[in-house]
Amino acid sequence: MIPANFEYHRPGSVDEAVSLLTEHGEDGRVLAGGHSLIPMMKLRLAEPAHLIDLNGVEGLRSIAEVEGAIHIGAMTTQAEIIASDDLAARCPILREAAELIADPQVRACGTIGGNVANGDPGNDMPAVMMALDASFVLRGPGGERSLAAREFYEGPFETARDDDEILTALRIPARGAGQGQAYCKLKRKVGDYAIAAAAVVLTMDGGTCSQAAVALTNLGITPLYAEAASAALTGTAVDAAAIEAAVEAAVAITDPAADLHGPVVYRRRMAGVMTRRAIETARARATGG
Amino acid sequence: MSETQTETQAETQTETQTATTAEREAALGGIGCDKRRKEDARFIRGQGNFVDDIKMPKMVFGDFVRSPHAHARIKSIDKEKALAVPGVIAVLTADDLRPLNLHWMPTLAGDRQAVLADEKVHFQNQEVAFVIAEDRYAASDGIQLVEVDYEELPVLIDPKKALDDDAPILREDVKDKDEVGQGPRRHPNHIFNWQSGDKDATDKAFDGAAVTVKEEMFYQRVHPSPLETCGCVASMDAVSGRLTLYGTFQAPHVVRTVVSLISGLAESNIRVVSPDVGGGFGNKVGPYPGYVCSVVGSIVLGRPVKWIESRIDNISTTAFARDYHMSCELAADKDGRITGLRANVLADHGAFNSHAQPMKWPAGFFNIVTGSYDIPTAHVTVDGVYTNKAPGGVAYRCSFRVTEAAYLIERMLDVLAQKLGIDKAEIRLRNFIKAEQFPYQSCLGWEYDSGDYTTALKQAMKAVGYEELRKEQAEKRARGELMGIGIATFTEIVGAGPSRNCDILGIKMFESCEIRVHPTGSAIARIGTKSTGQGHETTYAQIIASEIGIPSDLITVEEGDTDVGPYGLGTYGSRSTPVGAAAAARAGRKIRDKARKIAAHMLEVSESDLEWDVDRFTVKGVPDLSAAMKDIAMAAYSNLPEGLEHGLEVVDYYDPPNMTYPFGAYICVVDIDRHTGEISVRKFYALDDCGTRINPMIIEGQVHGGLTEAFAIAMGQEIVFDEIGNVLGASLLDYFLPTAVETPHWETDHTVTPSPHHPIGAKGVGESPNVGGVPAFSNAVVDAFAHLDVTHMPMPHTAWRVWQTCHDLGIDK
Repeated sequence: MIPANFEYHRPGSVDEAVSLLTEHGEDGRVLAGGHSLIPMMKLRLAEPAHLIDLNGVEGLRSIAEVEGAIHIGAMTTQAEIIASDDLAARCPILREAAELIADPQVRACGTIGGNVANGDPGNDMPAVMMALDASFVLRGPGGERSLAAREFYEGPFETARDDDEILTALRIPARGAGQGQAYCKLKRKVGDYAIAAAAVVLTMDGGTCSQAAVALTNLGITPLYAEAASAALTGTAVDAAAIEAAVEAAVAITDPAADLHGPVVYRRRMAGVMTRRAIETARARATGG
Repeated sequence: MSETQTETQAETQTETQTATTAEREAALGGIGCDKRRKEDARFIRGQGNFVDDIKMPKMVFGDFVRSPHAHARIKSIDKEKALAVPGVIAVLTADDLRPLNLHWMPTLAGDRQAVLADEKVHFQNQEVAFVIAEDRYAASDGIQLVEVDYEELPVLIDPKKALDDDAPILREDVKDKDEVGQGPRRHPNHIFNWQSGDKDATDKAFDGAAVTVKEEMFYQRVHPSPLETCGCVASMDAVSGRLTLYGTFQAPHVVRTVVSLISGLAESNIRVVSPDVGGGFGNKVGPYPGYVCSVVGSIVLGRPVKWIESRIDNISTTAFARDYHMSCELAADKDGRITGLRANVLADHGAFNSHAQPMKWPAGFFNIVTGSYDIPTAHVTVDGVYTNKAPGGVAYRCSFRVTEAAYLIERMLDVLAQKLGIDKAEIRLRNFIKAEQFPYQSCLGWEYDSGDYTTALKQAMKAVGYEELRKEQAEKRARGELMGIGIATFTEIVGAGPSRNCDILGIKMFESCEIRVHPTGSAIARIGTKSTGQGHETTYAQIIASEIGIPSDLITVEEGDTDVGPYGLGTYGSRSTPVGAAAAARAGRKIRDKARKIAAHMLEVSESDLEWDVDRFTVKGVPDLSAAMKDIAMAAYSNLPEGLEHGLEVVDYYDPPNMTYPFGAYICVVDIDRHTGEISVRKFYALDDCGTRINPMIIEGQVHGGLTEAFAIAMGQEIVFDEIGNVLGASLLDYFLPTAVETPHWETDHTVTPSPHHPIGAKGVGESPNVGGVPAFSNAVVDAFAHLDVTHMPMPHTAWRVWQTCHDLGIDK
């Protein structure tokens, strides 16, 4: 339970961090909250030769409104997300999901940037960001670019981020009128990854769903954006038939592994149950219920 | 009257020597007092002194190279690269220990266990080499670089296949032996066959029975998982030749004897110290390879060697519990009165038989399986087998296989009730041993000391509103909702144990207490047990306070240092109160006997003219003429009658005449989400009868802890292996330790039925809630499905297993 040797770096700016990352290439890893990376290092499943700690980098811990959209600095902790009443009012699913992540100690250190950038399909925020149609801001030696959350995840712990890029911020579009959000997570205990979890963001306009997004956590090799499920709700009254169709479409794209919490069939069924509950909750919230 | 007023008044009266009896009793803080725990002051400040807090000059660190395979032959071990790591001092293998004959060590069950794998590995993560380095970092780097060449062998994981003709033979070192310490065996993978009861009479009872039921149950392999893992610091003083071994030991004196036996060092040259220990639960009773390797390392290097387990090491290699495949049948008349019980058990003991029971009891006290019920005849067999899993089979917060037995009989009562359509409380009331039957001789050979089960269950039913709950359940069932009510009315058997049938390595399972009263009226007591969190420093002081009339705050309690305290067998199996507290009370009485002689001298009366009054002797009929214990203490050193030795000091060794039999009545109410299988524990009521209650607040804490562990076991704990012997989920990411969020609210209650043979009538309580809690949960879960003809569901009751039941019944949609 002791990591292999590594060199520790503590840059003071994003530019400095990017140049360290460029210099060390594959041998370098950035450290945010450390609650995924450090356990992996202690088990020697990860042995980065250079650890680039972003905790000294200025300007990455912030929550701001920019032209209606929400900008969250990548080093903002889950605890800070939960503590922000303003954020909870503008985008309630963030607090709802963050409170289901790990435990208070982990949330005090764990960051939203680390949660989405690690590419762990078990992390909760990627599906939430997919449902919100958020985008991620990346800085590399060639400058800054923005990628949609829905396009970001490529495989287990593999993302569209280049090795020499750092995720610096998340941008979440403004919540329109009639939008309801919900995150439902089935887990055994505090600190556990989801057996199955679903994020749903939908907008009700005069009894009809004008826009819907469903995304799933820990049910495949990446976080999953359930496009067909989302489409199955759009344009409907989100009635029983539409929900059934959406649930079926969501379950269809899942491909979880069996683990100690249950076999594949159970986890897929629970994907359906969580999707159903998230849709019903989001619809109720959208209509003020 | 306000608290302040009371205190002020008490002070004034004390000053004027006119305090009432009640006030003097209160000032003692003795038996029955809700005293805060003395030890908590250091624990809540982070000032405890645990093994890993010990730092010694020139101390080095050891860590193990462990086997990735469950069964493999070791072809070669290459230390060269590891030895080249800066800071690595030595790498020990079985070949290095062989000349000292320390590559194997005896187990507490008559078998032997490899210290470092000798030619073969028998389970995943088994200790293969011990790397000693200047610091933990170098040791950790070193273990990565020891190159071990393995030849994989066929793996035996399913104990039901262990005795097959074509099963791989695991223990080649004992394959030709007719027995391995616990009686004859019939296969190289067989360890023992143990039987209890009357087979013929039981067969007869079944032949003529109006009704019989049978159920197969598996009590899964679990791990005690104490907060602090195991560890030690071994320090050999090359000049004096004395070895000091600090470690996480529940039984330090026994460890000293074991170390002496296997090392050849004189016991006088060994000092074993258990400092503060962060939970044991049976995990810290037996000897482990880490202790032996640290001792050898220290002897060879002349430097202290520290070894501390990681969490994964702890869960995957040190002693597990349960792993009992049980089959049980009950015979009964048409009214549900049980006429016979038959139980057969296949016990998976892993690669070495290193369970920790009194040595004559290979299946512990499993034959307490008739429980709280007046069952006229029974027969029990238990077969132990080897598999390619970590060794163990310890009593995890219970007394020697009592949890398995209580689980089996409490579940079987429900199975029988369902078969006959009798209410699950009613079937218990019909079968209980009646209060007037105590002392009760069970058909499997135990003499229950005292009990009143009917009163306890009726009190429990009233407290929870049992009839109302059953009505609500019926309404819910009509609506398709799942609600379960679980009852467990268990009896424990604790306090090992009487010398006629309990020993470890031949040493009888007595307990000891030494008391020294100081001249100015305070005292120190030393007991052979060892608290791992039970609060001994407080409760022993309370008992002694009541016996010798010195306030418990002025009595220091010490345990755990073999150079200091008298020999004792340690703390496990709820034995500290039944055995240790008895020694403490008797030692107190011996102090009082001498004090009486001194008091008679001080008051110039004869001993027979004196009577004991809380904290003093008074002259009969002249209450104003008295000698207080405080003054007697000074007299013991300054003003003695002729012929009496100076000092006020005794030691007592207590051999219990019988076990004690705490009992309880638990009722659990659950609601189940039929879509997800999630269980919500709505209510848990626990009535415990542990006889005389020494400190009600500590009892409540013990019950909370035991129930929480019962909840963990019933709902989630399991050590799982895949088909090639990989241990799955050996970290706290997977192994279920519930947090405050998942843990239900506990309602506690009690009755008091003192033990007639214990000096203060106390029975022990720390483990009852685990023993009774697990079947209460399981019974509640199964009861939720009872109307759908479900009679048993396997533990642990994880959401997916419960969902599977719902799914099979077609009610998950």
